Amino acid sequence: MTTAKNFSIQNVNLWYGESQALYDVNIDLKCGKVTAFIGPSGCGKSTLLRCLNRMNDRIPACRTEGEVILDDKNIYDADVDVVQLRAKVGMVFQKPNPFPKTIYENIVYAPRIHGLVQSMSDCDVLVEKSLTHAGLWNEVKDKLQQPGTALSGGQQQRLCIARTIAVQPEIILMDEPCSALDPIATAKIEELIDELKTEYTIVIVTHSMQQAARVSDHTAFFYMGKLIEQGDTQDIFTKPKKKQTEDYITGRFG
Amino acid sequence: MNITPRLKRRYRADRRFKFYGMAAIAFALSFLAFFFIDIIGKAMPAFEQAYIEVPVTYSAAVKDNYNKAIPREYRYLVSKSYLRTLPYELEAHPELLGKTKQRWALASHRVDQYIKGHQGHGLKKKYRSHVTAMYDDGHIEMRFNARFFSHGDSKMAENAGILAAAIGSILVLLITIAVAVPIGVMTAVYLEEFAPDNRFTQAIEVNINNLAAIPSILYGLLGLAIFINVMGVPRSSALAGGLTLALMTLPVIIISTRAALRSVPESIRDAAYGLGASNLQVVMHHVLPLAFPGILTGSIIGLAQAMGETAPLLIVGMMAYIPEAPGSILDATTVLPAQVYTWSSESIRAFEERTAAGILVLLTVLLSLNGFAVWLRSRTQKTW
Repeated sequence: MTTAKNFSIQNVNLWYGESQALYDVNIDLKCGKVTAFIGPSGCGKSTLLRCLNRMNDRIPACRTEGEVILDDKNIYDADVDVVQLRAKVGMVFQKPNPFPKTIYENIVYAPRIHGLVQSMSDCDVLVEKSLTHAGLWNEVKDKLQQPGTALSGGQQQRLCIARTIAVQPEIILMDEPCSALDPIATAKIEELIDELKTEYTIVIVTHSMQQAARVSDHTAFFYMGKLIEQGDTQDIFTKPKKKQTEDYITGRFG
Repeated sequence: MNITPRLKRRYRADRRFKFYGMAAIAFALSFLAFFFIDIIGKAMPAFEQAYIEVPVTYSAAVKDNYNKAIPREYRYLVSKSYLRTLPYELEAHPELLGKTKQRWALASHRVDQYIKGHQGHGLKKKYRSHVTAMYDDGHIEMRFNARFFSHGDSKMAENAGILAAAIGSILVLLITIAVAVPIGVMTAVYLEEFAPDNRFTQAIEVNINNLAAIPSILYGLLGLAIFINVMGVPRSSALAGGLTLALMTLPVIIISTRAALRSVPESIRDAAYGLGASNLQVVMHHVLPLAFPGILTGSIIGLAQAMGETAPLLIVGMMAYIPEAPGSILDATTVLPAQVYTWSSESIRAFEERTAAGILVLLTVLLSLNGFAVWLRSRTQKTW
């Protein structure tokens, strides 16, 4: 598995119409590690995450300035192909969103459109590999032809993760992947993140500070569209430098 | 705190509201029931037709004057449309020459209406007892009116059928489908999934919504101006009618397709874009299949509306006396609702029941189309 050489956010400003949502954000995302974005609702952490695979392009009124460097290349350059970018930077969404197709089809869809698989046996191998990787194989191996939407919420989310890693991305973005799940399903996803981080660079947005503390190596705290503080997760949670960070992680606001 | 007194009042309001709702439905249903009972009651006699047994003499004179084939006292009772066929029959079977045979002939509409006991049958007084006697003796029979479904329009009421109009309706509908559905769906897909949201597309959207509200007769004028005057499509042809109705149906299809596309959850688009699908792939692989049942229902409802439409066809010349079923889309054609309209303005009593029967056929087709739409939707609907 190839992981990104470097991934950094440089001077990113972002507007939704007239209102600015991000102010001069600079972060060096550590490759091969898990970075967590935390902060109160509306602080811009999800917006920033969606900058990283240009999902914000789909919002007409959204305007982005600054650079996001991935493998020495600014992904906002005019010659960057978003289809290629998104194959390289996968995304898992807040609400599990499997396609209303079979589990099998959910996995092979993207590899197929990117031409990564040729034969049926390629597909079979890939499906087993991706589902095993996502810790779902044993639960679904007998019902691959059943609709993905018939699975439980936690299983659906793991299916979505399996679908994302089937494309063999370098980076996986996760937008509050556990907010719609119960504690047991959440624990499973967190375990999975722990395993995946050996091969992928993961950026996760989360509302739960405990989750950030448990799964991430690096944490960035946002407030009102500004990056307040970033650093090793342990440092952020044990000895925050800024007052706002301390107030937030101790539960005094947010 | 005691909420009991208010609670009773709230429940009473609930019950009252439920009653109003049910009353409204009962009111609407009673109209519908009245309409159906009236139409069916009027239409049923049209499915029976009187036939009369007469002696036919195949003399040489028949070739020049078919009236001479049957005795004078029967001529008034037998349909001209039957007598007209006799010279051809004699030509095809020369061995009949000089013979007299008992034949069952189509009775004239006056005999038919008289036996059915309808007011205004028009049978002359001197024939009445004769016809009654023949009916009692079994020389006049009521048979299933297969002619109604196998013949086109005719000035002789007993010979008039729905076939030409039905074929015309099918041709017109096929042209409307072929033109309106692809253009409408493509327009909606482009506006909803590809077009940027700017002044220009907003203006288009407003205009499409306005077009859906334009009186249908204006589409007839538009069709006349564009298709017949400019493009030279033959007047009264299925092509002219189909194109005109396609214009009229377009906004309905566009609007319902856009609604169907909008009802596809954004999360599915997110998922597909997030995996690196291109714009076209997102639409073709995910959005369109999920929107398909909605698009289908909207299109069928639009087409059913077009099929029942008369006003624009009046302008392109389809409200005419067309006895022959069209052989091509360029031939003069009429359609079911136009046929109903033409018959309804006839003065002969037998056309009245044919008008009702025509309405019944039209309604049956429309209801089947709508039923088909419901069935297709329930079959193709996916859950997520």
